[in-house]
Amino acid sequence: MNSKFNFDFVGHKKTFFIISIVMIAVSILSSFVFGANLDIQFKGGTILTYIYDGTLDQSQFERDATDALGGIGVTSTVGEDFTTGRNNIQLSLISNSGLTSDKQFELTNTLTEKYAANNIELIESSDVSPSSGKEFFLKCLVAVILSFIVLIVYIAIRFKNIGGWIAGVCGILALLHDCIIVYGTFIVCRMSINANFMAVVLTILGYSINNTIVIYDRIRENEILFRKSKSKTEIVNMSINQSLTRSINTSITTIVAMLAVTIVATIYGVTSIISFSMPMMIGMIAGAYSSVCFTCPLWLTLESKINGNKKAVSKKKAAKA
Amino acid sequence: MKKVKKPVFFVVCLLIILFAVSVILGISTYYGDITTVYVKGVNNIRFGIDIKGGVDVTFTPPDGIDATNDQLDAAKEVIVQRMIKLGITDYESYIDYNNDRIIVRFPWKEGEANFDPEAAVKELGETAELTFREGYEVDDLGMYTGITAENVILVGSDVQEARAVQDTQTSEFLVSLQLTTDGAKKFADATAKLYQEHGVISIWMDDTCFSYPTVNAVISDGRATISGSFDAEGAKALADKINSGALPFKLVTASFSTISPSLGTGALEAMVIAGLIAFAFIAVFMIALYRLPGAVAVISLVGQVAGTLAFISGYFGFMNGSILTIPGIAGIILAVGMGVDANIITSERIKEELAGGKTLDGSIESGFKRAFSAILDGNVTMILVAIILMGAFGTPDSAFSKLLKFAFFMFGPSTAGTIYSFGFTLITGVVLNLFFGVLCSRLMLASLSKFKLMRNPKLYGGGARNEQ
Repeated sequence: MNSKFNFDFVGHKKTFFIISIVMIAVSILSSFVFGANLDIQFKGGTILTYIYDGTLDQSQFERDATDALGGIGVTSTVGEDFTTGRNNIQLSLISNSGLTSDKQFELTNTLTEKYAANNIELIESSDVSPSSGKEFFLKCLVAVILSFIVLIVYIAIRFKNIGGWIAGVCGILALLHDCIIVYGTFIVCRMSINANFMAVVLTILGYSINNTIVIYDRIRENEILFRKSKSKTEIVNMSINQSLTRSINTSITTIVAMLAVTIVATIYGVTSIISFSMPMMIGMIAGAYSSVCFTCPLWLTLESKINGNKKAVSKKKAAKA
Repeated sequence: MKKVKKPVFFVVCLLIILFAVSVILGISTYYGDITTVYVKGVNNIRFGIDIKGGVDVTFTPPDGIDATNDQLDAAKEVIVQRMIKLGITDYESYIDYNNDRIIVRFPWKEGEANFDPEAAVKELGETAELTFREGYEVDDLGMYTGITAENVILVGSDVQEARAVQDTQTSEFLVSLQLTTDGAKKFADATAKLYQEHGVISIWMDDTCFSYPTVNAVISDGRATISGSFDAEGAKALADKINSGALPFKLVTASFSTISPSLGTGALEAMVIAGLIAFAFIAVFMIALYRLPGAVAVISLVGQVAGTLAFISGYFGFMNGSILTIPGIAGIILAVGMGVDANIITSERIKEELAGGKTLDGSIESGFKRAFSAILDGNVTMILVAIILMGAFGTPDSAFSKLLKFAFFMFGPSTAGTIYSFGFTLITGVVLNLFFGVLCSRLMLASLSKFKLMRNPKLYGGGARNEQ
């Protein structure tokens, strides 16, 4: 937290660009390797979790469930339930039209009767018909697209006097960068893409653009102060460094907040929130990284290419005239 | 901010502490067994079904049936009646007319260990059995007996339509019935007999009676009206109930989830512990790093968290509370982590201004001033995102769903109801941050800096050269 700390961010831009490209490539490639795993919230299906005492024959249990459902195939996983301290067995099945509550009722009744010795109890169930799952998925996509549009409009308004449209484009590229890394986190950790994923993506969109704006704001302020005495590269480096302590400290507080949630949720076995807090944490790290190391150097590179060429062209034109 | 006087710090600090304590405890009186709640506290927070356990189910007519709005109203009425019958009173129910969906959420019945949510849902979706019966003879349990049990005058399929109407002359609200030809004949016979005896006809759904009008005329044309000092709503409700018995379809579930209370309680405990750890860490971090402004930030954060809880519990009488879910608690924790950003930006600025050789008062003033645009930016982007979250994941009748209807018009309500609460706590935390993290922090810091003891620039991250 030394205010004299000075790092040449622009000078190391190649390293940063490579890191970002590798991260994005890993995210995209891994989705081909592992495959994106849509949650039943989106693709439809049923997951039933029962807790039981003692031991039971998992494959026999599956067969009995299939029989009770009139031939619908089921797969199961067994584990231990942290909050109740009992064993649990999770049945998942995909049916074409969703499981009706009648059938589910029948299934649970049959199983509790058959395995009376195990004292079976349904503790969690989730059933979504494929059509409403698909609809919900599309709705979430629209929400993400809408946020992008809203933020692009906001960026356009705010960046008018900061760095112009090139800065805006870089800001948006950084958002894409962060979203892809959040997506990659879900894929690599084998978490299924669900409503939590959408909530995390939306939050990271808002969080990351804010980081970027703070640095751009600083650049604009310094440009007015040092336009004559310093080069653009120097101004950008100076601005990043000046806001670096803030970027780091803010990231630490938010990331630690989410880390606390992740750790405690892991200990307590609250799996539904781990797929929220953990990607949120990774997204925030990506967001902080992209706004400090990626966006501004990229902006500088693009701007000097585009505006530099323009200047060269207009000079040529001037020379011809 | 030159006008800020010394006592301001104590006033603001005390107000925040009093506010926080009252938010947590609420204000209520106990008189014998009767508790009167004047101001709602944390105990009055309504938790989502992911915490207290319960059922979240979306009903829809079977494939290929396009239900009318009246039919959906009627179908919802059946479900509501049945929930009341099952002793479930703390339910939420919404209709989405565009997509023919009825969403119902209700918590686990308290104190009932073997409450069977699957059986409950199965029962809710069944077709209602509507009957018009002779007389109103009931036993102790309110169940029909005697002649009422024996003589069924009409069944659901005999009713073509029930509507709430207003009498043009008396402007009284009535329920008008249109019976089928078959029904009209049966009704004519029954009313002819009962009119003589000044008898009543009781109207039942399953085994609940909801009206027993006296027969005032012989009705032979199949068009009857029921009067009985209804208001517009009462007439509509009765019409819906009667229509529900005439529904030509049975409801099926489009999505259905249950969670047991034991699972939810553990999750709540985990989130509260996580919140406390996160808060403690941030408090230590801020004070260690920014000293006096850091301590002020912690006080402001207490205010922010208390404020968010107040909006959730319905502390402010003019606003209803909101249901708190596990993602909602994550939102509070996240907003704390983000909210402290306002104090970090400001404190960093003050440090810089001090390093630039400014006086303490000048540094504090320009620190807050120059940091504001960045703080506002951050909060505005989060507010925009939170609004979209609430619009996408909210129930059809929530304000933000209506606001964003242009984008989500073709989609039904979300199958994950718990995310809405995340949007709610996030937006509340972020908006409150502008009040506590910016305004209150500024008042407190400016007034503290008037004390001689507090004028050492080191307390603000400055160096020796700022000493005056």
